[in-house]
Amino acid sequence: MSESTRVFSSIETTFEVLKRHQYLADVGLSTSLHLALRMEKPLFLEGEPGVGKTEVAKVLSRALDTPLIRLQCYEGLDLSQAVYEWNYTRQLLAIQAHKGGGEADTVDIFTEEFLLRRPLLQAIDRSRDRAAVLLIDELDRADEEFESFLLELLSDFQITVPELGTLEAEHRPIVIITSNRTREIHDALKRRCIYHWIDYPSFDKEVEIVRRKVPGLSEHLSGQIVAFIQAIRQQDLYKLPGIAETLDWAQALVHLDKETLDAATVEVTLGFFLKYQDDIDTVRGPLVEELLERASG
Amino acid sequence: MSRAAPSPVVENLVLFVRVLRRSGLAVSVGQSVDFMRAMKWIDLGERDQVFHAARATLVSRCEDLDLFSHLFDLFWRVPGKIAGARRRPASLALRHGPRSSRNLSLTSFSTARAGSHEPQVELSDRSGAYSDLEVLQHKDFGAMTEEELHEVRRLIAQTRWRVSQRRTRRMVCRQRGERLDLRGVLRRASRRGGTAIELAWRSRKVKQRPVVLLADISGSMERYSRLVLQLFYSLSHSLRDVESFVFGTRLTRVTPHLRLRNADRALTEASREVLDWSGGTRIGESLHAFNRVWSRRILRRGAVVLIVSDGWDRGNSELLKRAMRFLRDRCHRLVWLNPLLGSRRYEPIVAGMAAALPFVDDFLPVHNLRSLEGLASHLASLPERARGFVSAPRGTRRSNLRTSERKSTMAALGSTNPRELNR
Repeated sequence: MSESTRVFSSIETTFEVLKRHQYLADVGLSTSLHLALRMEKPLFLEGEPGVGKTEVAKVLSRALDTPLIRLQCYEGLDLSQAVYEWNYTRQLLAIQAHKGGGEADTVDIFTEEFLLRRPLLQAIDRSRDRAAVLLIDELDRADEEFESFLLELLSDFQITVPELGTLEAEHRPIVIITSNRTREIHDALKRRCIYHWIDYPSFDKEVEIVRRKVPGLSEHLSGQIVAFIQAIRQQDLYKLPGIAETLDWAQALVHLDKETLDAATVEVTLGFFLKYQDDIDTVRGPLVEELLERASG
Repeated sequence: MSRAAPSPVVENLVLFVRVLRRSGLAVSVGQSVDFMRAMKWIDLGERDQVFHAARATLVSRCEDLDLFSHLFDLFWRVPGKIAGARRRPASLALRHGPRSSRNLSLTSFSTARAGSHEPQVELSDRSGAYSDLEVLQHKDFGAMTEEELHEVRRLIAQTRWRVSQRRTRRMVCRQRGERLDLRGVLRRASRRGGTAIELAWRSRKVKQRPVVLLADISGSMERYSRLVLQLFYSLSHSLRDVESFVFGTRLTRVTPHLRLRNADRALTEASREVLDWSGGTRIGESLHAFNRVWSRRILRRGAVVLIVSDGWDRGNSELLKRAMRFLRDRCHRLVWLNPLLGSRRYEPIVAGMAAALPFVDDFLPVHNLRSLEGLASHLASLPERARGFVSAPRGTRRSNLRTSERKSTMAALGSTNPRELNR
């Protein structure tokens, strides 16, 4: 039995372990994570920004005490940034250095010593004594071409470097893929994964998260903050605040030594949870009052 | 689970997967095998665990989640009963509150059931049944007979569309590129005893821009709406990365329907989707809905946005302005196609049109075949917008140009890329 299945031996323990590491999951996420580990499949997490997708991978690596290898995706991400690249400078130097030497022997510049390992190659490194956590973050930002490469990697965890041959993982990494859904990820990829959609948390859960993550916040204020944020999420806005924004805002209010939420404070701190000027314009003024009333009522 | 005789549990699980498939969820064989495997690790007596395990293994799209939950509830209550039912229950549509946009596939099904009919194009003038192509070219769509319209549809269907391209951030090896491909250089050098004689190059890959189509299908656009859908169909089939929406009082996404092979079926499906054919128009609200729900997912990487509308708007023109500005700031080019623009006397003074116009890059007519040809060649060579942060092709200096001057920049820019002049 591997380390991961030992630590996360059942759905309940998964929930408990996550909680011990300050991550409050719901039963859906605990089930998906537990199964992903058991069945050795990647966990594909989708959801609005700021609901704690990336955090799952971080907590996982802490709980299993194994390195977290993170690949942040972006447009134009290619093999030389994601998998490997040859160290050209060293290769050129090796050629130069060799020129002084004898005529007969040759220098091989395509060996592992000249290989620069990027995250995906690091994740299947054979020198590791246990599986690493591989976080492929915001896959939706990468291009489709990269997705199809990933498809290949995720099916057999081996990478072929033409000059070297095929490198294969001894311990398959635990893979977490996240997407903000700025575009649809191809079904073929999602089907190879355990898919989980992380929704905004319920009121009670969010209060508990805030209480855990922002010490020094009164019970009264945390309730008000969460109620206000949850009311904001019902509004017709371009970008709804996630849990990350709730936490930022709560932190800010602690620094401002607030005991209770009032319209003036909300007005000056709108920027902590609304990130579009249009949204701020919509909320500012009478709507703040109205939402506050609803939040305290 | 023994191999010899499947237990009733396994049979039920298999049946459940079949029910899901029948209801339109794409469940692959691999997924259903995973589902069975997952059952080993959970407590089968716990309904919640079975639910979450099934959802995690069988569903891979957020928009299918609600349908899945519904089917799960139905199935594990009365197995066998809905297995025979091929239709999704129509009442589902009512359950979607404000977030129904995530469940378009579901809503669509029930709205299709609701049986809204496609509008017939009214024929007022049968006297001039020309078939002459030359005449057809200049005749207003609104004044055409059914036969002529048929011919026009055929012509539209045959058009091969092209949309100007953008340089992506992905590098590819090229004979002549702008950056050294060190890997290639060293590979070639290793063939020649370590001396770099030949150089290798890379340059940025070029790709067609994504296209977003938004059509007004309200009452005032009735005469044109069928043709516009035909146009959208043709665009979605000759280009990649096309998203189509229609709106009257509310926004409907018709992309998946227009992807169907058979044009007639595609158009019928797409028009069934729409609840508010020929109703009023709320352009601002519809565009705002697009911005809120879809723009982050669709308006990426220099998209070209086409809006087809006459600008008659009964909604909030302040909102329309805001929505247009939002849209303009997030796309490569915002093109407004107005069928009324064909008429000489037309002036964009309708409140909606006047509000939207300042944010439009290209204001073009779509009233006859000739104007469609113009559109085709315009799309194939869209100029860069005169704006600070869009990168200019090398060797050209950008300045703030007036609309009338843009044409000439277009030619100048186009000539740097012969691919774009082929049309």
